[in-house]
Amino acid sequence: MNLNPYIIELLQVLTLLGLAPAFVGWVRMVKCWAQGRTSAGLFQPYRDLAKLFSKEVLLAENASWIFRFTPYLVFSTAVLAGGIIPILSLDLPLASTADVIVIVALFAIARFFTALAGMDIGTAFGGMGSSREMMIASLAEPAMLMAIFTVSLANRSTSLSEIIQVIYSGQSVLRPSLAFAFLAFILIALAETGRVPVDNPATHLELTMIHEAMILEYSGRHLALIEWAGMMKLFLFVILGIAAFAPWGIAAKGSLLGIPEALVYMVLKLGAVGIGIVLIETGLAKMRLFRLTEFLGAAFLLATLGMLSFFILD
Amino acid sequence: MIFENERQENRRAAFLYLVVAHVGAIAILLSFGVLAGFATKSESFLGYTFDAMRTAQLPIEWATAAFFLSFFGFAAKAGVIPLHVWLPEAHPVAPSNVSALMSGVMLKTAIYGIVRVTFDLIHVFPVWWGAIVLSFGLISAVMGVLYALMQHDLKRLLAYHSVENIGIILIGIGLAMIFKAFNLPLLAALGLIAGLYHTMNHAMFKGLLFMGAGAVLHATGERNMEEMGGLIHRMPWTAALFLIGCVSISALPPFNGFVSEWLTFQAFLLSPALPSPLIRLLIPLGAALLALTGALAAACFVKAFGVTFLGHWRGHHNPKVHEVDWSMRIGMLLAALTCFGLGILPSVFIDWMDIIAEQLIGTTIASSAGRYGWMWLTPVSYERASYSGFIVFVGIILVLGIAYALLHVRPGTIRRVPIWDCGFEKINQRMQYNATSFAMPIRRIFGYLFSIRERVELAPQAGHKAFPKKIQYHLSIRDRVWGWLYKPVVEASFWMSRKVGKLQQGRIQAYLIYSFITIIILLVFLR
Repeated sequence: MNLNPYIIELLQVLTLLGLAPAFVGWVRMVKCWAQGRTSAGLFQPYRDLAKLFSKEVLLAENASWIFRFTPYLVFSTAVLAGGIIPILSLDLPLASTADVIVIVALFAIARFFTALAGMDIGTAFGGMGSSREMMIASLAEPAMLMAIFTVSLANRSTSLSEIIQVIYSGQSVLRPSLAFAFLAFILIALAETGRVPVDNPATHLELTMIHEAMILEYSGRHLALIEWAGMMKLFLFVILGIAAFAPWGIAAKGSLLGIPEALVYMVLKLGAVGIGIVLIETGLAKMRLFRLTEFLGAAFLLATLGMLSFFILD
Repeated sequence: MIFENERQENRRAAFLYLVVAHVGAIAILLSFGVLAGFATKSESFLGYTFDAMRTAQLPIEWATAAFFLSFFGFAAKAGVIPLHVWLPEAHPVAPSNVSALMSGVMLKTAIYGIVRVTFDLIHVFPVWWGAIVLSFGLISAVMGVLYALMQHDLKRLLAYHSVENIGIILIGIGLAMIFKAFNLPLLAALGLIAGLYHTMNHAMFKGLLFMGAGAVLHATGERNMEEMGGLIHRMPWTAALFLIGCVSISALPPFNGFVSEWLTFQAFLLSPALPSPLIRLLIPLGAALLALTGALAAACFVKAFGVTFLGHWRGHHNPKVHEVDWSMRIGMLLAALTCFGLGILPSVFIDWMDIIAEQLIGTTIASSAGRYGWMWLTPVSYERASYSGFIVFVGIILVLGIAYALLHVRPGTIRRVPIWDCGFEKINQRMQYNATSFAMPIRRIFGYLFSIRERVELAPQAGHKAFPKKIQYHLSIRDRVWGWLYKPVVEASFWMSRKVGKLQQGRIQAYLIYSFITIIILLVFLR
């Protein structure tokens, strides 16, 4: 039995777990530089996580099992998604268990339970966060699927590793539809990962929080798991974008030696994307909640244009 | 249903249901009449057997008439928008076990009827019939879930979700019709199986949810979600089982709703095979609407579960709520287990269902769908798309277990403390989000689709204008369909009745003349 794919699978999950906080640290660091502040360094997220893991859990007196179950579920869906999306290599035994639609649904199940946990304690903030999060999600998901469908129509598969193989084999040409889908994907990724201008991950100002409002009551290891899963989600969305639109560098099937090279490519790409996120977050202000309809509507329109141009031009 | 609790609203709902069902039945009978009229043995009643109807050679106009009559009739019975108005009226007043059966079985009979008439009896049809079925499906799905989001009566909410799910089923069937009309049997089989799989799924999770709603109603005496909350602490079994229903209907893996939605998406994604450019352009928009439906359904069930079972009790009086007895729990447990089974072993069930596709379309998808063993679902081909609900489930549980075990190596402490709420102290249960406030952002975005009346009344306090004594908020949301479609029909039928009523004067001489004229006419025309 060839054990290589399993080793690669394990390596990939470890990469995700290990590098996701560094990516968030990188984004925060560059943001500090861009805004003329002194940064806490690349490793601050690790220190945050370590601190949270060692603290005791303060649980609201009326929290139910849903509240305690959610952090583990959110964490495990993120890890599972990391085993499916090709981060380093296409040689993933898990890749065929789920295609892109399932990956979107995995994030959806994490969101579903986070929103429930937000309502569990019965505070006004929790409910507010849940309500807003579900509203944004229900507008973002059609656009997300439209963007993904455009990519999968162009490459005749909804499985990510198959899409990349088609791109590698040179059957895929540069299409205008993919440009539209790419733009739409950027907008949606900002919304789904809760970045400016949709949500501000750094805010704790009561009335502007969305994701933070849902997890307000969490503490200790529960909060650590949710925070870590959030970092992985950001990391995975970037990787998802890379895999669907610019996969070059990811090791092909059966090549164990391609892994270090893939790692270098990945770090470079992540670094560049991090700078891009910082430029967006520094240049834009957070939008009012009901302006988001226009933002997500624009994303949907772009994705639809991509889909239409695929059918008209190709 | 009429006599349950002997209430006025019950009779009204039952009457509405009877009217719609009867109009539907008339349409279906007329449709069978048209089919039988062209059958080989139309002189005798043998023309009404399915065998005879199947062999009937219909000119296209008559086939169209037969199809639309039967589609109208079955759509009325299934609750397709705009013929859905009886559903949200009938379900809340019916006993919950009857609701479960109504939603699980009776609506499905109508789906059976549609499939039977189109694929079996008429079996050759143009593309635009499929397009019409698909459009009705999409409208029902999106509007059904949006109406559901606006409800705060638990059973009404579920009733509107039946409208949505019937829509999703029709999307699958409509796609199958389009593919079949273009002579793409494999894709047609995929669409049909997606629709039928959702039919089965819906019977399971909607039965489960209605039983759960029944258990809540039984325990609290409430249908209004605004008066509930925190039931998870007092009804742990019902809460957990209801949650499984919520996850299933929201199309989240690894439960069953996701499988059929995934299959429908796959059918959508195969539309580039269609030869007609116009339809190829429009179909992907359908996929977007289906995605919107799924996401809104998730929002709606976060609301339904969150408001009913989580938080604090929202009502003014606090009744003694207790868990329901074992017989009710077992009913829900069985349905929940089926939801789970259908979710993680789809290829096994598709194997069973494939005979339907084989008989109606002449192809099976099992040969490709289950080619890689019971764990894998691979419609069309392995390269195209694959899904394994089983591995996704095992993966989630495994990672969850490892994370839990690693974090509990050291005995960690959990301290129960008062609610923090950002340091805000004087929190009470009236400050929680409720069903109306949860749906507010969506109500605001999609508000133009409803007729909404919002009114805020302030009772001012003398001297302090800025601090009113009391604020009352009134909100009424109505189906627009009532005003557009039903009111004109109702008014027209009243108008007709008044005109016809003039014939009835109560004089025996006049009635004799009517009979006499009728006999003369019959004698002249029907010698």
